[in-house]
Amino acid sequence: MGKKRQRFLRQALTYSLLLLGAGLVFVPFWYMVVTSLKPQAYIFEIPPRLWPREISLDNYTRALGKDLFGLYFLNSLGVAVASTGLTVLVSAMLAYAFARLKFPAKDPLFYFLLLGMMIPPVMLIIPQFIVAKQLGLLDSLPGLVVIYVTMNLSMQTFLLRGFFEGIPRDLEEAAMIDGAGPLTIFWRIVLPLSRPGQAVVTIFTFLYSWDEFPWAHVAIKETTRRTLPIAIALFQSQHLTEWGQVFAASIVALVPVVAVFTLFQRYFIRGIAASGLKG
Amino acid sequence: MSPRAARSAAQPLFTVLFLLPGLLLFITFIAGPLLYSFRISFFDWKIVNPALSDWVGLENYNRALNDPIFLRAALNTLVYALITVPGQIALGLVVAVLLNQDIRAKAFFRVLYYLPVITSWVIVSLLFEYMFSGQAGLVNYLLRDVLHLISKNILWLADPILAFVPIHMLGIWKGVGWTAVILLAGLQAVPQTLHEAAEVDGAGPAQQFFHITLPLLRPTLVFLVVVLTIGSLNAYISNLLITNGGDPLDQTHFILTLMYEATFGRLDFGYGSAISYLLTAFVFTISVVQLRLLRREVDF
Repeated sequence: MGKKRQRFLRQALTYSLLLLGAGLVFVPFWYMVVTSLKPQAYIFEIPPRLWPREISLDNYTRALGKDLFGLYFLNSLGVAVASTGLTVLVSAMLAYAFARLKFPAKDPLFYFLLLGMMIPPVMLIIPQFIVAKQLGLLDSLPGLVVIYVTMNLSMQTFLLRGFFEGIPRDLEEAAMIDGAGPLTIFWRIVLPLSRPGQAVVTIFTFLYSWDEFPWAHVAIKETTRRTLPIAIALFQSQHLTEWGQVFAASIVALVPVVAVFTLFQRYFIRGIAASGLKG
Repeated sequence: MSPRAARSAAQPLFTVLFLLPGLLLFITFIAGPLLYSFRISFFDWKIVNPALSDWVGLENYNRALNDPIFLRAALNTLVYALITVPGQIALGLVVAVLLNQDIRAKAFFRVLYYLPVITSWVIVSLLFEYMFSGQAGLVNYLLRDVLHLISKNILWLADPILAFVPIHMLGIWKGVGWTAVILLAGLQAVPQTLHEAAEVDGAGPAQQFFHITLPLLRPTLVFLVVVLTIGSLNAYISNLLITNGGDPLDQTHFILTLMYEATFGRLDFGYGSAISYLLTAFVFTISVVQLRLLRREVDF
């Protein structure tokens, strides 16, 4: 009996702790959903309820109809998609050069690039603001894309170089004997064989660009060019008590993130675990 | 020219083509700006007309180090790191050990625990602000009416110390999922044979954990301590949104909210740059010290 009983107790303890933790993680999200479904009159009701008295989609229609919300959603989507595509391309090219091509000062150049992983991003905000101002990249969505691609470059190049080095050299050598140049090899062999790596880069950069706040907050002043994080933060500071609408907008902003993550979580978790990427 | 020779002649061209876009971006928007802001930190910088900026030497650094608001912000940031880094690691370790067992619905728990990590800082900061609101916040309700620990509502955000309760809790809550995933990868790398051998020798689960698992996890833990510390010293959004960056009375700043206010609120770019360099120096020193202290070979 002893061993079996011990095993049972252990299992029970494991599940209880896991469920307790799941509750702590989930309750704030649940509360956000419930609040977004409450009519404004109940936002400050006492006691606060974790189950809405009456369900109303009022907050959604009002928040989404307000302040060009649809445009902000499209802005965020455009910026995130463009930043992701360009990051994959540019960092794959860099990574291929560092993994396979021969050129002078290769190692020092690589370490120089890795510097970008060690610099706290917010410390770059001031000089980036000045440079972007001079280049006319403030208040523009392409300006956001350029910065987002650059901020992700070091980490993603590092990650992809690892993937590229794992591709057997024989394949590339065989292709070379058949007369393929570096461009063909890159396009036809290296890229197709490193899909899992690109998936990690894609998810990571998409989430980063979708959620990014500090840079967009200083770079975008024009109302029509806001992305969702700044739009939501500004909305809250202008309508201090309308939490239902704040959370309705937040949930709409959260849906693509959860969708992307749930679809690709296998790749994502593996990539994070392998590379130490900070999600 | 033979095809092979043509190819090797073409290779330098390809190399340049592949390196150029990335390196150009990196130099223009990271390496260049880094040096540029170092220069700015020695000036009373005029953003409208930089040519009129006055060289002030170390004055900006001096000002920061003698400014009680900066020193308070530095202390606040340090305390945030001292609380949230161990908090994330301890809870992350518990979650990782639990998830490393033979359980059902593993993927479900993994996704759920990771949810706060992928949610934007803006959203979760506003959410915690709402839950800790003084009038009818969920937290006050739980403490007063459910647990009966307090007799009247606490005005969390009006107090320069209590305002950090939601900020610290948010920092831990948002980070545990990531920490757990990294630790889980570390745990899975521990060879099962070691545990089997220990079992044969009569070691219980606790003994196995402290004598096998923890020592083998050491590199992962070192990595986490360093990365999480860097992250926490750069905390910014939660503070900006929950305390409006500094409320009440500039007592609750983090280093970066102060930098932000000096630069983009008062347009004092020189002072802001000096603050960001002080922070970087601080981050760098702490990382080096941590690596020195923690990185010892694992002997077994």
